Parts: sequence; structure tokens; C-alpha cells
Amino acid sequence: MSAPTLPHLSSAQWLRKNLFRGPLDAVITILAGAVVGYVVFRMLRFVFVSGRWEIVERNLTLFMVGQYDRTQLWRPALAVVISAALAGLVAGVIRRRQAAAGRLPDPHLGGVRKLTNLSGRLWPALVGLLLLLGLTTSPGPWLVAGAALLAAAAGSALGRRAPRGFAWALAPGILLCLFGLVAFLAQPLEWDRWGGMMLNLLLAGTSIVLCFPLGVLLALGRRSQLPAIRAVCTGYIELFRGAPLIALLLMANVALGFFVPQELAPGKVVRAIVVFTLFTAAYIAEIVRGGLQSVPDGQLEAGKAIGLSPVRITAMIELPQALRNVIPAMVGQFISLFKDTTLAGAAMGFLDLLAGAEAATSQPAFRGQGLIAETLVFVALLFWVGSYTMSRESQRLELRLGVGQR
Amino acid sequence: MTPEGDGAGKDPARTVSFATPPASRPPLWRDVRVLKWVFQLGVVGAVAMLLGVLVNNVRANSARLGIPTGFDYLDQPAQLTIPGNDMRASQPVREAILQGTLNTLRVVIAGIVLATVIGILIGIARLSGNWLLRNSARVYVEIIRNVPLLLIVIFSYLAFVITGLPTIDVAWEPLGIMVISNRGAVVPWHDGSNTQVTAILLAALIVAVAVGRLRVAWTDRRGGLPHAGFWGTLTFIAAALILGRAGGVGLSVPVSNGRPSGGIVLAPEYFALLVALVVYTASHIAEIVRGSIQAVPKGQNEAAQALALTPMQRMWKVVLPQAMRIAVPPIGNQYLNLLKNSSLGFAISYFELTKVTSVSIGNARPAVPSYLLLIAIYLVFSVALEFMVNLTNRRLALVQR
Repeated sequence: MSAPTLPHLSSAQWLRKNLFRGPLDAVITILAGAVVGYVVFRMLRFVFVSGRWEIVERNLTLFMVGQYDRTQLWRPALAVVISAALAGLVAGVIRRRQAAAGRLPDPHLGGVRKLTNLSGRLWPALVGLLLLLGLTTSPGPWLVAGAALLAAAAGSALGRRAPRGFAWALAPGILLCLFGLVAFLAQPLEWDRWGGMMLNLLLAGTSIVLCFPLGVLLALGRRSQLPAIRAVCTGYIELFRGAPLIALLLMANVALGFFVPQELAPGKVVRAIVVFTLFTAAYIAEIVRGGLQSVPDGQLEAGKAIGLSPVRITAMIELPQALRNVIPAMVGQFISLFKDTTLAGAAMGFLDLLAGAEAATSQPAFRGQGLIAETLVFVALLFWVGSYTMSRESQRLELRLGVGQR
Repeated sequence: MTPEGDGAGKDPARTVSFATPPASRPPLWRDVRVLKWVFQLGVVGAVAMLLGVLVNNVRANSARLGIPTGFDYLDQPAQLTIPGNDMRASQPVREAILQGTLNTLRVVIAGIVLATVIGILIGIARLSGNWLLRNSARVYVEIIRNVPLLLIVIFSYLAFVITGLPTIDVAWEPLGIMVISNRGAVVPWHDGSNTQVTAILLAALIVAVAVGRLRVAWTDRRGGLPHAGFWGTLTFIAAALILGRAGGVGLSVPVSNGRPSGGIVLAPEYFALLVALVVYTASHIAEIVRGSIQAVPKGQNEAAQALALTPMQRMWKVVLPQAMRIAVPPIGNQYLNLLKNSSLGFAISYFELTKVTSVSIGNARPAVPSYLLLIAIYLVFSVALEFMVNLTNRRLALVQR
């Protein structure tokens, strides 16, 4: 069924309907217009006139990879290309499954229309990419971006042609590839001296992968019928949800050495990952618990009626439905985690993206010139691109899975 | 399986016996009741063992380094000074932690009030019929929610307050009642003692509530709209002014002249942290308010329209009260987040709990008990705040029959 088409409005009609419906509306429009006009004017002036963007141009490599050996930059470049290929592969496999299920919105789109659709969907990421490329002064990043696009296209084509039994191996395969990439990147520079966006991505990515199973276990534990298990899980969740993340990070940085034997004390990155994982798992547990509560009792009874064991009922009936219902909330939590990785810089002294932005303003060439706004706005834009793209994709997924509509 | 009677005898192997089987208990290792206990004991034992190992390690490592593990350090001199506070370095650590706690509460309470007001307004603006208002609110929310809070805090401090605001001799004076410069903000405040002002405000509140009740009782008998909120607010302001005049307490409005006097000074760190927390939390509250308004059944608004209520009345008297009922628990969560996020004052050297604790550890106070105390204090405040939110929620919740 197609939506009823709205009557076409002339611009005068549109103005009257949306901006000047009555006297109060007109006052609001004028007041808001003044404020918005002023803010937009200040922002445009900052971006095009008063902002001095050399500091970002000159420090782009610092922001991206921190203190990584400048002769080894081909490693992150290769990692970007391989990640793009993996992303393309996943997209291709998903697309084929959708096509097989007859759920593609428009199966016979031409190549150009497909591209415009995709860019409409991923415009924040495109803006970020173009901005980064526009700020570069060397051809390297352009080559990497081109190679990454080609790799993504190739991966997608491969994913659509992959044999049927391939899908189950996808998730573990990709995890293995990513861990391989991290090890490959860590060869010239050990983790603890990583910096820039690379560090933020490492912390967020690793913690997301690790906190998910722990969170699910904690959620199941908190709903368990065994009182001791329930008490342990509830205590854990409430403890970690009541404490501020930065206090936990500080404690891991300064005091973790006391809690483990001297020779076992882990490095800084591992400490940060442990804290992020333990912390986020508590939140994921609460989200998953909400999802488990939303599964109707009839589903469990149906499972019992067909003679499934309790473990199977949980794994094959409860969890799939519960997780589907909480995808948006969970992605929201992962976005928070991605943003919170900046706390590691403040609490543990990493030169991550945000700390790098502060550090750049004290370089000899830029010291004492009040350029902090430039670097912070740039870093904010990068975080915004990542978070906003993730949240838009999760909304899309929510619509497609029909959460709340079944 | 096979129904009784049907096919019985034809296939003796498939007949089902309905007699209860002899009561034989399964062997211990397959008895569910036993297994449950064993499993629970195992988990509890493992957790206890883990905790024991941790405690033991702390003891051993502290002993090796000669660091005390108890809380005796709380009575030793703190050797730190807190900006904007007349605490002496010789005062004990517990005094410093108390002052840090007060600083945390200062920013949290002001932040909760401001973020709630601004968040509700932005949430309503998100659903306005006015295109410009609706979309500016949307852009605000979608930018702020997707940027790290720490970045906002640092931006607010370094880029907004320190380098963005004018110097003190050309300070910005919005409405002529505040003085805002890169040395922080000076805002109107009372010029009496805190206990006196609290007493006056409480008395005014009691009078105002009484007047509101009287209005309701009056209109119940005589008809008409009570407008209890309007009359109550008016009475509150009038009563506070009269009582203040009687008690010799007035409002002190800052005046600039290069060296502001009067009012109360908000240090740059406090001001920057407050602005950042309010801006960030308001964007989250706005989304909650928007979702809750949309969750109110459409029929409510239409019924109000059918009663010829004005759009204002529909929003404030019909839709918003019902939306708030849905919004209270998630907004309470945001208050908890604000409490925990106030620890980011650490990054801009605002001397709240976390900063005080970490400076005190830098002054060679033992790290493990300090951090445990820090986390315990946050836990206590979280629980208290949660309790208050739950109380409000219970009062607002629909009585289900």
C-alpha cells in the first residue's frame, strides 16, 4: 500500500503552514530565527574566516595514529583496506540473504540509483571522509580511500557469490581477521604506546566484542531461579552501574597493581579494556534483561511443550527474541562506549584522539594561540560521524526487523 | 502417544503405562536438586575465592611497599588546598573529601534543575508545529548526543570559558543581572546566611502550598478554574520577598565596573562543568520527553481539542502530565548519569570528589582505600537518588485496579 500523497504546497502556503500559522507562531519564528541566524553566522565565520585549520592539517597523522612509526604507515593503510573488504563482504552476504527471502526493497535498481541511495544513507560518513581527504596534503590517503572503496566493492561481490554454507563461519572468521589485524598493527609499536583514533577504535572494538557475552550471561544470571547466582549477578551489576567510569579507570591505572601479583600486572591498554568491558557488561546486562522480560511467557511454555531442555529454551527461543527487541538500546550503549573511550586518555594518560587534540595546541608552532576550538571541533566531528552513522544504521535495522510491530 | 484403547494389544511395545513409576531417586550426580545446590555453592565459592585472592594481594603488595591498608589516613593532614575554599592544608583528609563531596553536590543539584527545565523545553520544541523551532531543536539534540561528554566538558572550559568569553573589563552582562567573563560567572544571590534563607524559603513554600490548596477548595465550591500553580507561584514570590525584607535578607545583584561585586561568583571550572553537563543532559532529557509525549495516546489530545481547550492548555494540562508519568523513570536515570558524569570535572581540575581523591593519592595517601571510599560515596548517592526517583514514580504512577 502506498502512502497517500500530500497535496503540493506553494512556497507561500508552506511558509504560512510551517512558520506563520498565528501571531504566537510568528513571534517564535522570528525569535528562533534570530538565535539560529546568529549561531549559524558565528559557525560559518569560524569555519571559513576566523578558524585557522593549519593545526588540524599538520596534525592529521597524529590524530589518526598517534605516535605510530611514520615509516610504517602502510600497516594502518592496509588494515583500513582489509576492514573495508570485510565490511563489504558482510554487506554482500546480508544482501544475498535479503534477496533470497524476497525482502529487498527494490531489487531492480540501476547502479547509479543504488549509489545515490547508499550515499543518502551514509551521508555523515561521506562528509567525514571527504573532509579528512580535503585536509590531507599528501596523495597517500586518497590512494587508501580509493583502494578501500574498491576492496569494499570486491568484498560485496564476493559475499553475494559465496557458497551457502559460508554464513555461519562469517562472524568467527571476521573476529579472527580483526584480531590478526590488531596483532599486525601492534608489531612495530606495542599497544601501550598507541594513540589517536586507532587507539579509540581498538578500545571500543575489543570491549564491545568482550562485553557482549559477559552482559548476556549476567542478564541470565540476574533472572536465574537460583538465589545465590541471582545475588552475585545483581551485586555485580549494581556495583558497576553505580560507580563513575572515570573513577574505575583511575583505579585501574593507579591501584590495579595492588590487586594482582606484581609479575602479572597487565599493561595499560589491557587495563583500560578490562575496565570498559566490565563496566559496559553491567549496562548490557540490564538492557538484555529488559529484552528477556519482553518475551511472552507463552514462548517458554511452547518450548517446554515441545520438550526442549531449559538450556535450549533459553538459547533458541528466549535469547533470539530478546536480543532482537533490544538491538537499538544495545547499539546506543556501544555508541556510549565508543564516546567514553576518550576517558581513557584523561584518566590513564593515553594520547588518544581527544588528548591529541589538546596536545597539538601546545606544540611549538601553535602554542599560546588559542587554537583549542579548531582541534576540538575537528575531533568532535569525527566522533559525531561515527556515532551518528551507528545510530542511524541501528534505527534502520530496527525498522527492518519490525521491532515493536509484531 | 497412543491413546488408550486405540490400537491397544496390536502393538504391545507402544502401549503406555499410566501407573506411576516406582519412586526411585536418581543418582546424586543426576539429581537436579542436588546439582542446583552444587552449582550455586561452586559459583559462590569461586566469587569468594576471587575476592579473597584480591584482598590477599592488596595486603601483600601494600606490606611489600610499606603502604597502610586501613582508613587511618583520613585523619592525617590533607596537604591540599581547594580553590574557592578556605580549607587549610593542615586539615585532615576527611575534611577535603567532605569539601569535594559538597562541590560535587553543588554542580549536580544545579545541573539537575537546569537540565530538566531546558530538556523539557527542547523536548516540546522537538514536536512543535513550527518548522524552524522543531528542526533547530532536532539539530541540537542530534549533534550533542553524538559527541563525547568529555569533549564537551573540555570545549566548555578551554574553548568557551577560558578563550571564548570576554575578559573581565569588557565582561558580558546579559539582562544586566549577571556578569560573565573568562573568570567565570557572577550571578544574583542572597546576602543573608544560608540557614536564614532556607528557613525563609521553606516558610514561603508552606504559605504558597496553603494558598494553592485554598484556591482549589474555593473553586470546588464556587466553580471556575483554580489556577493553583499560578497563584501558588505568585504567593511564593511575594511571601519570600516580604519575609526576606522582614528578616533583613535581600537579593544581591552583581554590578560589573571591572571588578564585579555582589552576587555569588561561579569559578570558571564550576561554570564550564555546569554548562557542559546541562547542555549534554538536556539533550538526553529532551529525547525522553519527546518519546513520552508521543507515547501519550492521540485520543487524549483530540479529546482535549473537542473540549475546546487551547493548544497551550492541551499541552500543559492534558498531554504533558501524562507524558511525565512515562518519562519519570528514564529521566531519573539521566539524573544518576549526571551524578556520575560530574566526575569529569576531574579533567578540568574542578575540585569535586574524584579530583580531590586523586590529588590526595598524589600526596602519598594510600590508593586502594581512597578509591574504594570514592566508589562507595558515589554508590551511596546513587542509591539515595534512585530512592527519590522511585518515590516520585510511585506517587505519579497510575493506580491500577
